[in-house]
Amino acid sequence: EVDLEERLAELDLRSDSDIPDVPLPTDSTPEILKRALSGLSARWKNWWIRGILTLAMISVFFLIIYLGSFMLMLLVLSIQVKCYHEIITIGYRVYHSYDLPWFRSLSWYFLLCVNYFFYGETVADYFATFVQRREQLQFLIRYHRFISFALYLTGFCMFVLSLVKKHYRLQFYMFAWTHVTLLITVTQSHLVIQNLFEGMIWFLVPISSVICNDITAYIFGFFFGRTPLIKLSPKKTWEGFIGGFFSTVVFGFIFSYFLAQHQYFVCPVEYNSETNRFVTECEPSELFQMKKYSLPPLLQAVLGWETVDMYPFQMHSIALSTFASLIGPFGGFFASGFKRAFKIKDFADTIPGHGGIMDRFDCQYLMATFVHVYITSFIRGPNPSKLLKQLLILQPEQQLSVYKTLKSHLVEKGILQPSLRG
Amino acid sequence: NLQESESENKLDGETASDSESKSEFGGSPPVPTSDDTPEVLNRALSNLSSRWKNWWVRGILTLAMITFFFIIIYLGPMVLMTIVMCVQIKCFHEIITIGYNVYHSYDLPWFRTLSWYFLLCVNYFFYGETVTDYFFTLVQREEPLRILSKYHRFISFALYLTGFCMFVLSLVKKHYRLQFYMFGWTHVTLLIVVTQSHLIIHNLFEGMIWFIVPISCVICNDIMAYMFGFFFGRTPLIKLSPKKTWEGFIGGFFATVLFGLLLSYVMSGYRCFTCPVEFNNDTNSFTVDCEPSELFQLQEYNIPSVLQSVVGWKTVRMYPFQIHSIALSTFASLIGPFGGFFASGFKRAFKIKDFANTIPGHGGIMDRFDCQYLMATFVNVYIASFIRGPNPSKLIQQFLTLRPDQQLHIFNTLKAHLVDKGMLGRLEDA
Repeated sequence: EVDLEERLAELDLRSDSDIPDVPLPTDSTPEILKRALSGLSARWKNWWIRGILTLAMISVFFLIIYLGSFMLMLLVLSIQVKCYHEIITIGYRVYHSYDLPWFRSLSWYFLLCVNYFFYGETVADYFATFVQRREQLQFLIRYHRFISFALYLTGFCMFVLSLVKKHYRLQFYMFAWTHVTLLITVTQSHLVIQNLFEGMIWFLVPISSVICNDITAYIFGFFFGRTPLIKLSPKKTWEGFIGGFFSTVVFGFIFSYFLAQHQYFVCPVEYNSETNRFVTECEPSELFQMKKYSLPPLLQAVLGWETVDMYPFQMHSIALSTFASLIGPFGGFFASGFKRAFKIKDFADTIPGHGGIMDRFDCQYLMATFVHVYITSFIRGPNPSKLLKQLLILQPEQQLSVYKTLKSHLVEKGILQPSLRG
Repeated sequence: NLQESESENKLDGETASDSESKSEFGGSPPVPTSDDTPEVLNRALSNLSSRWKNWWVRGILTLAMITFFFIIIYLGPMVLMTIVMCVQIKCFHEIITIGYNVYHSYDLPWFRTLSWYFLLCVNYFFYGETVTDYFFTLVQREEPLRILSKYHRFISFALYLTGFCMFVLSLVKKHYRLQFYMFGWTHVTLLIVVTQSHLIIHNLFEGMIWFIVPISCVICNDIMAYMFGFFFGRTPLIKLSPKKTWEGFIGGFFATVLFGLLLSYVMSGYRCFTCPVEFNNDTNSFTVDCEPSELFQLQEYNIPSVLQSVVGWKTVRMYPFQIHSIALSTFASLIGPFGGFFASGFKRAFKIKDFANTIPGHGGIMDRFDCQYLMATFVNVYIASFIRGPNPSKLIQQFLTLRPDQQLHIFNTLKAHLVDKGMLGRLEDA
């Protein structure tokens, strides 16, 4: 009987070509589509399936946007769970580790823990008034970090107790695999939700830019493609890359113009405790108010205008689109490398003609983090109500010293008139 | 390092696909460790049998490490921070080297550079967050530091992205799997090693007692569990570590709780241990001077009637911190060992005896610190949840980035709150 550990050790050291292919998933195209397209040749059939599914996905996207922020949050959560499931399943298939004791339960348990931690941090911020009213929630919020840590530790101890002789290496691999997957999918999805709360425009424009870049790079590559871009993805070309870049910047610019006009997209999402619903109503910030910009003399000559009316947000959209076109594809290359490393064609077969959910979202990974970092660095400061809440928790002496510091600062800046001594 | 040069000799003339011959070994051979004991010790102990020699070597090195620990505590927070940083780098290096040895991946293009680069990025990110909090006034004075701190997250993210893109560009046909393994390995190592070391430094800034008591409890538990196991050990504890016994575990638990109580009692009396570490802008050095908080002021506690008959006292004078030390010692004894079991499982999984051979008789730095992983996180979470609230200087810093109308609103709310509490008279120009 071959020792499983030793066999795995051999597998690790072999080159990629020696690793057997992971068996391909079955074709899950629905029967309806198959019958409708039975007349066409295989190549056109593939094209049609991809096209129809693309339109279907875009329609679902618009429908959910219409339904509002809460549905969007649910959608993001479902996608996160599905992506996680897809990557973990690949891990199982690669290591033939379906029969490892406990491991499936542990993976889902860790997913639950990390989600609990992140959602707890978000909920406490945004649902502050809702939470204040209920005693049990207050307790959970106050000791949130401790509870999350205790939950995680339980999982960690269960893992250690579940280690079985002859399967150590496999179990450690799956443990690490789970954690790296959590790092990628769960943190990104929470950053997406944070961006969403900032204003739906911060959610829509980045995602659409990435999708647009995907599609336009493909189209430019199809018509003009000649110079290959990178060995990892032989279908990508420099012409597609550059053409996609310019079209995405233009698209982002125009799309932002339309979205910036509606309060529904522009306002931060807030939870109204009276109506128990999310509302997006506010005074649009200066980012979303038209301003006159003078065109540089170069463009003046070309276009014939001297000034142009734009939203400041459109300038930011250029930064977002640039990132989506230049750095976003690296997420796609990373996923391609991953698929080649583990000899899989697609992450899963959830969407006929497109592969799994991960295949659609591989370029989005870095985008969500970038948008979040961009917002916190350049757009808004910290959340005032959160700051106030933290100030009120301090010890009274600390509050007094903070008060003095703030007062001297405000007086210095002229925001506060120095009070007259009686 | 003898171990590394041996592995490098194996790789000469081999390509990744030349692995058929390796299968004859029946799996990766154990990583060789050489005897690093200094010549001095070898000669001094040459008469004793090898078992006693091992004991003596371990004993001497243990004493040496404890002495070293006391010396750096004496030298102060700055030296402690530097030591924590060095330990972190060495642990990272040890784990990454194991990865190289497991996957024979020394010849992977770029990878060593990339691992160190990621270590630098993550450290830059964490140190930037800490430095901005604690050295606030220093940072505000120097223009370049102010800009670096204002856009800190963006700069860190950009640095990380550069590394990520370099990784993608460095992917080489036929080596994808190995490269992804090393990428995953690096990130998990960073997650374990770097985050823990920064939490330790946060704990340190809270007060040196929060650094010394947890670490000492873990060390004490190690030693006590070993001694109890040596003298009374009979029932094995867990298959992973056959040398551990239930008697050692339980004996170690009680001994550590007692040790924690005593150590906290002694340390709570000294300001240099209980005061938060602060950076003094005028003297440009760290100071530990403050009014001790109520945690470190003696209080009378009533002994429950059960113990009253046993001990004969009605009340006892204790520091509240000692109660917290019971929680810390309990964690160190009950959950801390799981960190050790995790490391044991890891060593068995990858067929290594020790993480490295840095310390003679003890193995690598990681071998000494494996039980400390969870402890640092626990102490940090404990402090954040039960002891202190948010950091005032960080709040001030966040306040200064708000818009003027938001600042005014918060200021007025705080003022009303303080007036309510009676801390501020209405006419007083505080």
